[in-house]
Amino acid sequence: MTIPKDTLLSLYRTMVRIRRCEEQLARSYAAGTITGACHTYVGEEAVATGVCAHLRDDDAVFSTHRGHGHALAKGVPPGALVAELFGRATGCSGGRGGSMHLFSPEVGMMGTSGIVGPCILQATGAGYSFQLKETDQVGVAFFGDGAVNNGAFHEGLNMATIWDLPVLFVCENNMYATEIAFKDSARNTDVAGRAAGYGLHAEAVDGNDVLAVYEAAGAAVARARQGGGPSLIECRTYRTRPHAEGMRDGGYRSQEEIDSWKARDPISAFAQSLLDDGAVTAADLQTIDAAIVAEIQEAVVFATDSPWPDATTVADHIYAGTV
Amino acid sequence: MAAREINFTEAAREALAAAMTRDPTIFVLGEGIGIRGGNFNTTLGLFERFGPRRLRDTPICERGFVGLCTGAAMTGTRPVVDFMFIDFILDSVGELTNQIAKIQYMTGGRLKMPVLLRGCVGIGGGAATHHSGSYYPLFVNVPGFRVVVPTTPYDAKGLLSTALRCDDPVLFLEHKSLLNVRGEVPEEDYQIPFGQARLCRQGTGVTVVAIGPLVPKCLAVCDTLAAEGISVEVIDPRTLAPLDMDTILVSVRKTGKLLVADESFGPCGVGAEIAAQVMAQGFDDLAAPVRRLNGVHTPTPYSPPLEAAVVPSMDQVAAAVRDLAAE
Repeated sequence: MTIPKDTLLSLYRTMVRIRRCEEQLARSYAAGTITGACHTYVGEEAVATGVCAHLRDDDAVFSTHRGHGHALAKGVPPGALVAELFGRATGCSGGRGGSMHLFSPEVGMMGTSGIVGPCILQATGAGYSFQLKETDQVGVAFFGDGAVNNGAFHEGLNMATIWDLPVLFVCENNMYATEIAFKDSARNTDVAGRAAGYGLHAEAVDGNDVLAVYEAAGAAVARARQGGGPSLIECRTYRTRPHAEGMRDGGYRSQEEIDSWKARDPISAFAQSLLDDGAVTAADLQTIDAAIVAEIQEAVVFATDSPWPDATTVADHIYAGTV
Repeated sequence: MAAREINFTEAAREALAAAMTRDPTIFVLGEGIGIRGGNFNTTLGLFERFGPRRLRDTPICERGFVGLCTGAAMTGTRPVVDFMFIDFILDSVGELTNQIAKIQYMTGGRLKMPVLLRGCVGIGGGAATHHSGSYYPLFVNVPGFRVVVPTTPYDAKGLLSTALRCDDPVLFLEHKSLLNVRGEVPEEDYQIPFGQARLCRQGTGVTVVAIGPLVPKCLAVCDTLAAEGISVEVIDPRTLAPLDMDTILVSVRKTGKLLVADESFGPCGVGAEIAAQVMAQGFDDLAAPVRRLNGVHTPTPYSPPLEAAVVPSMDQVAAAVRDLAAE
């Protein structure tokens, strides 16, 4: 597959945007500016980036508690994300959600969730809508290995398959559900193999290789758009920061393991391969790096300068209106 | 308007068919609601008209298909979940309470959640404890739901038609003892607004707010009570969320005495809520403490004499009214 230079640079830009934004959010959490939970996506950037590169604004993404990267990759501006975690009125959920409840339906970011599993079912439902309306849109669920042992995985994959729904299931297998190792949660840890058992297209890829994710997702999204039914991609990856900022990260995994995955950093590896191939120049990447640093600084200024939500609106929008 | 006599289920089905004809984004999910037409005939004949995508038989996975409907509603369609027995809804409470009910709020109204959740409630016919529940107080307690408990064919059609135009999640709960009740229903489509109680019988001595099957039970004893000199006013709230407290307060201002009769459980139930609101807004109108008559706070037993023992009877309604009238 020959990928145009613009696309390669776009993949790089999105990964760097996620990384720099997450690093900023971690600093803001440490500084006390973020008062609630903050689950970063550091180390897993290639997954959201490689998948969302194939999606349009009218495709629907449903995500998890670890959803900052999905939101950014789907097109939520960094300012709207940072403002949400700062609890500001300009946040993508108006300050009602925080880290775990990011909504931006305008760009097809249909929500992250503090509950493990529902995103699988909701993406299936988006697929049901799109099939009923006979559009070529696609529903996409991002979820971790922790969701694979939840009933939603079984029920969602089964329904998507029997009705040939246009859905892409993306399992980010980072080996730990919070701090419980996947190998201690399932006898069969082959997620793609388990998915294939439902009769859908399933494959496992190196989730730290953005081009591997990009290729697999491209085929799956195209298949869904053409009426070919659902697919699952198991992306084997790793989060290199704690489950959530401020949490103790010891006891359940070793420093050697963390270091070994840091050495497989998806952004550095991609940059190096692009330079090695001569596909881009160092100047190309440096330009992007500098632009993203500025973008994240602007996002923080935007969020900091944004107003708090008006407390008199606290009970607005529970219902659509009177009936 | 042309009206003729049909039963509750037929009336509700007319509203569904009219809405599905008008709105191509409506689809129904459930077990046996396709070619079979529903265990309670809720979709009889619709599969032939609307096909398998809009009358979708599901695997037995309530959590799964309620979660599916969440995503469908978020992306521009209008799902109808036909639970058959509402007891099965309990397998999906997380999707309902944590997802469906919250999404309009969390998105500041940018997404609508037009999901209709319907099913049979109530005790009867030896259905036993996994097919006899009501559970509506659970959903009244959660912000985000509309809860509808129709008692007549006319109301069933008009309220279901409203539910299928409403952009909020609606629970439409059909008591199994009412499904074959017949009544005059216009052939045309019409809507009954949520939050408007029906004054079923006017009276001056005691107000009874009756819910679901307690409405006909209460009405059945009113003549006897009238002969005894007790004038009963009967109110059917029709929707529990929103709840038409104004109609109840106006009645209590007149009678000074209130009984809430409800087959579902008493603790933290609808009667408790109505009593608290009357206390707060109409205390000076009360000539006696508010009374409640509820089903016995127990799982529903199977054996006929045991089953009958947990449901408020007409005799119990009459006795409760007499006690209150004598205060």
